[in-house]
Amino acid sequence: MDIKQTCLHGHHTALNAKMSPFAGYDMPIEYSGLDDEHAAVRTKCGVFDVSHMGEVDIKGPEALRFVNHIFTNDAAVLADGQAAYGMMTAFDGGTVDDLLVYRRSENDFMLVINAANIDKDLDWIRSHSGAYDVTVIDRCADFGQLAVQGPESEKIMKDVLEIDCSDLSFYTFKTLPDLTIVSRTGYTGEDGFEIYAAPGKIVDLWEKLIAAGVKPCGLGCRDTLRFEAGLPLYGDELADDITPLEAGLGMFVKLDKPEGFIGCEALKKQKAEGLRRKLVGLEIEGSATARHGYEVIDMDGGTVGYITTGYNSLTLGKNIAFALVEAAYGTLGTKLQVKIRRKLLPATVIKKRFYTPQYKK
Amino acid sequence: MDKILYLPSDEYIKVDGDTGYIGISEYAAKQLGAVTYVDMPEEGDTFEAGEEFGAIESRKAASELNSPVSCEVLEVNSELEDDPKLINNDPLGAWIIKVRIQNPEELDKLMDSEAYADYCAKRH
Repeated sequence: MDIKQTCLHGHHTALNAKMSPFAGYDMPIEYSGLDDEHAAVRTKCGVFDVSHMGEVDIKGPEALRFVNHIFTNDAAVLADGQAAYGMMTAFDGGTVDDLLVYRRSENDFMLVINAANIDKDLDWIRSHSGAYDVTVIDRCADFGQLAVQGPESEKIMKDVLEIDCSDLSFYTFKTLPDLTIVSRTGYTGEDGFEIYAAPGKIVDLWEKLIAAGVKPCGLGCRDTLRFEAGLPLYGDELADDITPLEAGLGMFVKLDKPEGFIGCEALKKQKAEGLRRKLVGLEIEGSATARHGYEVIDMDGGTVGYITTGYNSLTLGKNIAFALVEAAYGTLGTKLQVKIRRKLLPATVIKKRFYTPQYKK
Repeated sequence: MDKILYLPSDEYIKVDGDTGYIGISEYAAKQLGAVTYVDMPEEGDTFEAGEEFGAIESRKAASELNSPVSCEVLEVNSELEDDPKLINNDPLGAWIIKVRIQNPEELDKLMDSEAYADYCAKRH
């Protein structure tokens, strides 16, 4: 399969970005450097091209009922112009994808899904829509997407893009007269906005932001930022064989929704029986980075889990990781070891929200 | 001036008689970005030509380090334990291990600076 490009591909190469394949797209990993870009988002503002993300519209008289059927969170409590984070789960409770649901009206929703899962998700959504009076519309090609993230984002949106976002609270959105959608959401643990628009419009907005000196940021720091803020990445902390409850995302799973949702019964059962494994934070001694798949070992030498993501944290100056471990080892303060190449490094279970998000409520 | 030779996997060896200083090239240091950790062997360890002797990490990735020649480790650069970014500042100065070269003929199989520069230029 040919590798895909976003509408900003030429702009990335012109900026001399380091490019790498991600989810079928040739994406920018870093421009000025991961550390520099990470710091810009934590202290000022940065812009990400996230046009690889997928958009799906669900429209029709039963749109709300259908969205709630496939979504772990509750779309019924959303007001028009509000968004919610949650997952789609399979009948066994495993995670099909994590996503944002935007409610335009009870007959009109937009789902924002991970690039790597677009085909799988569309098949999944369509295969369960038959009993509902809805239309499922693939909008992936219609939208590019930018994420403007960091404490100065609101000011940048107004001064550079002339989009006043002072009326948007966290997890709300609005549609501008030219159909651009702006939401106060993000994946960095900072205040910020995500902008969905036609590819030509996205190019125009990107050029304005770069000309104004906003730092272009790549997927490298997107991963370190989301990791510090305790946010999961599908493929690392979530997968077909990891349930949202195991990943510690129970607050986005509404098991008591009146009509339930696909996977609800399995998750209720898992909750009642007790989780067998759970996602934890680890602080690791030394500087060697624990990476995805490295083994987590108890003090007797038995393997009790594996690392899902790990970094030497930039903001915190600590060597930290997420690990999926047997539930008995998930208590804060538990001493464990991580096998990094031929060495066993001591580790302690800590809270997995390493950095306190600075959202504007 | 010392002779500097390279492996295709971007390790260099600076040769001074039967002593060698092994590190990573400027090209590799740039590709890797800010170095966060260097996993080094112990003094007295021996390696075959091409064998993995350690690893170097940035935030993005861990890369294995291969020995350009068969050697015995005489010294590890302990300054890198506290300040791994020395490798970004001066890759050729910040060697990782100092070794005794056991089989000088193996040096003939390595690229000289000019051949390595050509090799890097073709990798874009």
